[in-house]
Amino acid sequence: MRILLVEDDQTVRSFIAKGLSESGHLVEQAESGRDGLSLATSENFDIIILDRMLPGGVDGIHILETLRRQGNVTPVLLLSALAEVDEKVAGLKAGGDDYVTKPFSFSELQARLEALVRRNRNEAQPQTRLTVGDLEIDLLSRGVKRAGQKIDLQPREFRLLEFLIRHAGQVVTRTMLLEGVWDYHFDPQTNVIDVHVSRLRQKIDKPFGRPLVHTIRNAGYMLQE
Amino acid sequence: MTAPATTVTASPQPGFLRLRSVSLRFALVYGTLFVCSAILFLSFIWWGTEGLLEHRVERAITTDSRTLYNIWAESGPAGLTLVIDDRLEQDVDDNTLYLLINKDQKWVAGNLSEWPRQVTSDHHWFTLPVQRAYTQDMAKVRAYLLPDGYRLLIGRDISGRTLLRKMLTDMLLWACIMITLLAVGGGWLVRRLFRHVIHTISRTTLAITHGDMSRRMPVQGTDDELDEIAITINEMLDRISRLMDGVRQVSNAIAHDLRTPITRARAQLEDAALHATNETELRAAMEQAASNLDNVTSICEALLRIAQIESGARRSAFVLFDLIPALQDVCELYEAVAEEHGLIFVRQLPEHLPFFGDRAMFQQAVANLLDNAVKFSPSNGAVTLSAKVLPAARRSDGSRGALLRLCVADVGIGMNEADMARASERFFRAEQARNTPGSGLGLSLVQAIVQLHEGQLHLSSNNPGLITCIEIPLPEANALLLADSMPNNH
Repeated sequence: MRILLVEDDQTVRSFIAKGLSESGHLVEQAESGRDGLSLATSENFDIIILDRMLPGGVDGIHILETLRRQGNVTPVLLLSALAEVDEKVAGLKAGGDDYVTKPFSFSELQARLEALVRRNRNEAQPQTRLTVGDLEIDLLSRGVKRAGQKIDLQPREFRLLEFLIRHAGQVVTRTMLLEGVWDYHFDPQTNVIDVHVSRLRQKIDKPFGRPLVHTIRNAGYMLQE
Repeated sequence: MTAPATTVTASPQPGFLRLRSVSLRFALVYGTLFVCSAILFLSFIWWGTEGLLEHRVERAITTDSRTLYNIWAESGPAGLTLVIDDRLEQDVDDNTLYLLINKDQKWVAGNLSEWPRQVTSDHHWFTLPVQRAYTQDMAKVRAYLLPDGYRLLIGRDISGRTLLRKMLTDMLLWACIMITLLAVGGGWLVRRLFRHVIHTISRTTLAITHGDMSRRMPVQGTDDELDEIAITINEMLDRISRLMDGVRQVSNAIAHDLRTPITRARAQLEDAALHATNETELRAAMEQAASNLDNVTSICEALLRIAQIESGARRSAFVLFDLIPALQDVCELYEAVAEEHGLIFVRQLPEHLPFFGDRAMFQQAVANLLDNAVKFSPSNGAVTLSAKVLPAARRSDGSRGALLRLCVADVGIGMNEADMARASERFFRAEQARNTPGSGLGLSLVQAIVQLHEGQLHLSSNNPGLITCIEIPLPEANALLLADSMPNNH
């Protein structure tokens, strides 16, 4: 993937760039809003990571609005130290596709980036049936089968599984699950998500021996064959 | 000293006559009011006197005319001439005017030599100058038509009245000067008085601005407006110092509670740098340090969120919604956790419960309560979430209306009375809870959210365990509206 990274903080920029290059992406870096804007408008990227507050008069929101006005639909992930809900809403309203607050863990950022790019690709063809290995779910009848065997799931468990399958092969963080499945934008203190994932595992993994849901240490979960 | 209150900067300025001064404005208002009312009063006297004199002259002339008419009726022109002559002779003040002429406009009797040209019609009042012997005076006259073409002019010399008017005007002018002097003096006095009052207040507040929070306004005990201000200011000062104590407490707590994870992270990193013998150890130490730093972040976020909620800015996001589906959502999230801990989770919820507030925030408050209940319960215990509407009762603020009571009860370690009182303080953690994970901000956040909804948070003992209750006033008129629009199932 070709990624544009606009971030003024040297440490954070090289940290992200290094991580992304290691996972095989091509990263273009810009440290000011002006450079970022000219790069974003003149070249094609798969995704843009944009810091909200940039020096030199051109801030992230400004770049984002300019791009959207020009009809540029490249997915944009906003990065900001402004963590309040209203700030997030403002960022998403300006045309951002996702919002990650600082400080963040690299795995969270990467998971969200991949989710964004994939969402962008998937949007073209709406699917009614999703499969991973021998597990398949029917989005219309809400039925779940593994190895031809029917599995009964609660509505919320179904949504959790659906979210995992839609992001199959990617790391999904606990925050992403909480936002995507429960639509909660706060941080519960106890490990509620872990409990729900472990209940799901009881139903879709345990009777079949070979696990599909994997725990990724310090990051989250991944559904994979 | 300065005249206070209007100036923004409190710099001491020696000017004794500043235009932008409240005391001066008060004095000016007082003076203007005084002068205006005095002038109004004097003008009233002036017009009154003037009117009275005028009226008396007219009365005298009218009475005269009636008498002379009767004489004419009894004894004709000759009799009238005699009476007129007689009257003129007896008039010591020499201010009576008579003129009787016959139908040929010839003089018959009176002290005027000829008929004044201005008097063109009968039975009307005229004020005109008349020429008599050597003097010309102002006179008020009226003409009467008598039988046989005779005409009679009766008048009064009013030059005396003009004199009186001049005297009166002079007097009023002097009175005006006196009044102005009095007004200025009075204004000055009012200003002095006002400044004295203000200075007492400003001296105290200035002392407080300079850091002496123990100072208070003197209360005279006279129960007047000044005492009222003093008491209000003192109450305000009490509240400010309580808030300042709170802020100090919180900042101390922040300093302490942020230092702890930072210290741990630092120690882990330093220890790893010095003693780690292989990569695995190094990585483990770094991961631990990172998770400690995440802890710092989440404390910061929680504090900011509480501050934001307490500022009340989020009331704009309030909507009417059915509380029950929102609660079921949170329950479902925690039911699994409770089961995992071997707890029984009991819900006691009505079918619908219209509520006005911030849905996401209220869910967070309930989530925090459930979180605590699950965290502090031993296995095989029970956690109960109940919500009900208390029918209209007198609320603490005196108004009447239904109340939502939402309680989370557990059978865990509970809390003693003293701890309950402090439970919603930021960073407060009861002694028995020290070893469980947590920041001590959960209940503070709940408290902030409940206060935003104008409700109250109560803690009580469940023997064993703890009951945490939220009481929030419910919308009244809107409730019916919502009940109508709400779907029958959810």
